Amino acid sequence: MDFDDAMASFDPVLGLEVHVELNTATKMFCGCANQFGDVPNSNTCPVCLGLPGSLPVVNGKAIESAIRIGLALGCDIAGWCRFARKNYFYPDMTKDFQTSQYDEPIAFNGMVELEVDGEIFSIEIERAHMEEDAGKLVHAGGATGRIGDAEYSLVDYNRAGTPLIEIVTRPIRGTGAKAPAVAKAYVSYLRDLMRALGVSDVRMEQGSLRCDANVSLMPKGETELGLRTETKNVNSLRSIENALHYEIRRQAALLAAGGKVHQETRHWHEEGYTTAGRSKEEAEDYRYFPEPDLVPVAPSPEWVEQLRATLPEVPAVKRKRLQAAWDFTDQEFADIVNADALELIEATVAAGALPSSARKWWLTELARRANEAGLELAQLAITPGQVAALQELVDAGTLNDKLARQVIDGVLAGEGDPAAVVAGRGLAVVSDDGALAAAVDRAIQANPDVAAKIREGKVAAAGALIGAVMKEMRGQADAARVRELILARLG
Amino acid sequence: MSDLLHTDAAELSGLLADKQLSARELTQASLEQIERVDSEVKAFLHVDADRALASAEAIDARRMAGEELGPLAGIPLAMKDIFTMTGAPTTCGSRILEGWVPPYNSTITDKVLAAGIVVLGKTNMDEFAMGSSTENSGYFTTHNPWDLDRIPGGSGGGSAAALAAFEAPLALGTDTGGSIRQPAAVTATVGVKPTYGATSRYGVVAMASSLDTPGPCARTVLDAALLHQVIAGWDPRDSTSINAAVPDVVAAAKHAEVKGLKIAVVRELGGDGYAPGVLQRFNEALAVLAELGAEITEVSCPNFDYALSAYYLIMPSEVSSNLARFDAMRYGLRVGDDGVNSVEDVMNLTRGAGFGAEVKRRIIIGTYALSSGYYDAYYGSAQKVRTLITQDFDAAFASADVLVSPTTPTTAFKIGERVDDPLAMYKADLCTIPSNLAGNCAISVPVGLSPDDGLPVGFQIMAPAMADDRLYRVGAALEQALTDRWGGPLLNQLVASPAGAYLSGGAR
Repeated sequence: MDFDDAMASFDPVLGLEVHVELNTATKMFCGCANQFGDVPNSNTCPVCLGLPGSLPVVNGKAIESAIRIGLALGCDIAGWCRFARKNYFYPDMTKDFQTSQYDEPIAFNGMVELEVDGEIFSIEIERAHMEEDAGKLVHAGGATGRIGDAEYSLVDYNRAGTPLIEIVTRPIRGTGAKAPAVAKAYVSYLRDLMRALGVSDVRMEQGSLRCDANVSLMPKGETELGLRTETKNVNSLRSIENALHYEIRRQAALLAAGGKVHQETRHWHEEGYTTAGRSKEEAEDYRYFPEPDLVPVAPSPEWVEQLRATLPEVPAVKRKRLQAAWDFTDQEFADIVNADALELIEATVAAGALPSSARKWWLTELARRANEAGLELAQLAITPGQVAALQELVDAGTLNDKLARQVIDGVLAGEGDPAAVVAGRGLAVVSDDGALAAAVDRAIQANPDVAAKIREGKVAAAGALIGAVMKEMRGQADAARVRELILARLG
Repeated sequence: MSDLLHTDAAELSGLLADKQLSARELTQASLEQIERVDSEVKAFLHVDADRALASAEAIDARRMAGEELGPLAGIPLAMKDIFTMTGAPTTCGSRILEGWVPPYNSTITDKVLAAGIVVLGKTNMDEFAMGSSTENSGYFTTHNPWDLDRIPGGSGGGSAAALAAFEAPLALGTDTGGSIRQPAAVTATVGVKPTYGATSRYGVVAMASSLDTPGPCARTVLDAALLHQVIAGWDPRDSTSINAAVPDVVAAAKHAEVKGLKIAVVRELGGDGYAPGVLQRFNEALAVLAELGAEITEVSCPNFDYALSAYYLIMPSEVSSNLARFDAMRYGLRVGDDGVNSVEDVMNLTRGAGFGAEVKRRIIIGTYALSSGYYDAYYGSAQKVRTLITQDFDAAFASADVLVSPTTPTTAFKIGERVDDPLAMYKADLCTIPSNLAGNCAISVPVGLSPDDGLPVGFQIMAPAMADDRLYRVGAALEQALTDRWGGPLLNQLVASPAGAYLSGGAR
C-alpha cells in the first residue's frame, strides 16, 4: 500500500525512545575510560566486568549531565530517586542485570516543540532516566555479521558501563502524514540539543545516539491505540524517516487486508525494509527492584538551579538569532542546517571570518570533500579556526581561490595550519611587483596582437594576457593585481 | 599444643613488639596446628603456607629494621573464602567458582595486609554464605571442634572452627543474617556484626547487598576489637559505606564498665522454642551484668516476630539478582560448551551443575518474589516489615543503651540433623536477623556450656548503628566476669576435656 493510501485510512501514533551515550571521561560506575574504538576489552576493570565482589560508584558528572538534559527538555528533576536493577541474562551484560532506573527517573514530564514544514508539534517527554550500556557482541564467521549465521561470537566490554540517558516520549498523536518527518525532526532536535549541551558526541553511526521508533496505526476516527512495533537499528536521521515510512505502509497493508499487527521489535535494513525481531506479546519480566549497592540520588534544589543556569540557548531559538545576524535567506540558512554546518560556520565566524565566506567554504569546497570521503563535515580534518585563517589569507591577497583549495588539501593531509601549508608548499601568491611586472612584459611581448587590442581600448582582451601570466606564475599570482599591471603598461 | 596457640592476639602483639616472638614462629605454629587438626575439623578450603611464612618473614624483617608496626602485625588470620585476594582462589564455597583467582583485593584484604596481618588461608563456608552449618558448602562440611559430629555454625563455620581449634587467633567473616554471630555462639568464640556500612563490602562477594556486613571473629572481645579497628572505615569504592569516624572499639574493650548502663532484654527473642540450657546460661549472664551494676530491663519489639519471614523474601530477592552473573561466560565453571549448545543452554547447564540445592532454592524464591504481579505482595511488604523492625529498634534504644538476647535458640546441632528441613535450619538465625534488617551492630560472646548437652551458648548484645563501641564495652565486661568465674577462657575447658584431646595431638 502506498503511503498516501495508508494515510487516507489510518492515523499513526509514534513513541520514540532515544538513547544518548554521555561523553563523560569515565564510565557510569567505575573509573575506566569511556572511549569508543579502543582495543577490545582494554577499558575494563573488576567493576564494569561485574567480577564477584565488585561494587558500583555513581559518576557524578553523569548525574550532572542527566539533570542538564532533563532541564533542557523542560522536565521536572526528581528531588530523590534511585537506580534499579533490570534483570535479564545476556552475555553482553557482565552482571546479568542492567543498572538502570525504573519508576523513579531523574527527570520526567518534559516537553519540546518542533517545527516541521511550518507546523508546530509539541512532543511530550515522559521521562529521561540514567542507565548503563551493555558490552558489544561481535558475531563472527558468517556472511552477514548477524547472529543467525555466525560461527562464534566475541564480546567487547569496553562499552559495558558507558553512561546512557534514555529519553522516552509519551505517545505522539496528530502528526498524520508528517509522522516520519516529525520523528526525524525530533531526533534531529535532540541531537542538536545534546551537542549544544556538550554532553554527548551524538554520533548516530557510532551508536552514541540511538533511536527506537515505536509506531502504531489507528483507523481514522478511532481513539484506541493499535498494537505497535518497535523498530531498531535506525542509525541515521534518514533511516528514522524511511523506517517509519516503511513501517506505516507495512502495518496499513496488514490492517487493510484484515490482518493484525504483531507487537514485536523490527529490525531496519538500509535497503529499505524491516524484518521481525523479538516478539513482545509476552512481556518480559525484568524483575526490577531498587539497586541495593547504590545510595539514592538526591540533587539539591540549589544544585539543580546552578545547572539550569548553564543551559545553552535552545537550538531552534539560536537558529533564528543566527539567521538574522548573518543575514541569510531562509533557503541559504536551511542549506546550512541540512548540511550540519551551523556550529562549524558559527565557530568559523567566531574565529573572524565573514558569515558569507564561512558559508561558502563549508557548503561548497569542504562539503564536496566530505562527500567524496564519505564523512560528515565535522569529521573533516580541518577546524573552523583553520577555515577562518584560510579566508584571512585570501582577504590579505596571499592566496587566491585556486591556491586556497590547494591549501585545504594540505590541511586535510595533516600538513598543519593554512599558514604552514602555504610556507611548506610554497603556495603564496607572488606579490613581488618586480617578478609580476617581468612576467607581464614577457606576456605582452609574446602576444603583440592582444596587446594592440588593449591599447585600442578593448580592455576585455586583457583576460588572455592574465591567463598567460598566471600560467607562468603557476597560479601563484593575484589575478586582480596582474590585470592592474597589464592595464598600467598598455593604457 | 604450643602455648602460643592458646595465647590471644592482644598478648601475642606484645610478645611480637618486644621481639620475644617472631611472626614466623607464630605463623609456623598456626600452620602446624592446621596440619595437626584440620583433617578432623576441616575449617580451611585453602591454605597457602609458603605465602603465609613469606609474609610473616617480611613483617619480622620490617620489625627488625625498626619500623613502627600496627598492633596486629605478624598475627595470623583465617579469612572466610568470600573476600577476594589476589593469588589465592576465592570460591565462596561454591563449585561454580572453583579455581577462580580474583585479579583484585577486597578493601578489607588490603587493610588486613597493610596492617601486617598474616593470612593463613581461606576458610570454608556455606555456599555463597547461605546456611547455618557449612553443610551447604560445595566442598565439605566443617566440624565443630567441641564435638566433631556437630555443625560449627554457618555460614562462617570455617572461620569460627579455625578459632576454636586454635588454628588461628583471628578470623574474618561476613554476617548477612547471623553468619558471624551464630558460628561464634556454637563454638564459644567471639563474633561481631558491625554496623552496616561501617565495614566495606568492596571485594566481598555479594549474597544480599543490603544485609551483608563483614566483621571480625576472635577468641576474645579485645582481639575482635583490635581486628575491627583494622578493617572498619569509610571506603569510597562502596557507596553504602558510612563516611564517619570509627568508634574507638579497642578503648571500649579495654575499659569494660557497665555500671549504670541500661540493658534491655528483648521479650520476643526467648521463650518457646529456645533450649532450656540456652535460656539458663543467658539468664545467668544477665545476673552477672546486674551484679556489675547494669540496669536490666525488658523491652518488646513486636515486629521481630516477622523478621525471619521478611528476611527470607528480601535476602533471596537480592540473591537472585546478585548470583545471576555466574553464567559461565567470563570466569568459573562452564558446562556443556560443546559447540552445539546455545549460550542459554550453557548458562542453564552450568548453573544447574555449579549451584547447590540451597542456593537454587533461594534463587527461585527470590525470582518469584520479584516477579511482576508479586513484587508488592512479597518484596514490597517485606521492605515495609523491615522499616517496622527498624522502628522497633529505635523505640527500644530510646530507653536502653543495648539490647540483649541469646545468640541462637539452641546449641550446635548434629551434622545432618536439619539438612532436610530448611525451616528448622533457618530458625538458627532467629535472634540475629533483626539486626541485619535494621543495619545496627551486634556481638556474640560465649557465656558458658549448656547444662543440657555441654555445648557452648552465645549471648547477643545489640547496639544502635555506629555505636559499635557499646558492644565491646558490655561484651568485655561480661567476658571478664565470666572468665574470672571459670578460671580462664571457656575454650580452655574444651582443651582440657577428652573431647578436645585431639587439639593437642591426642587421640580423638
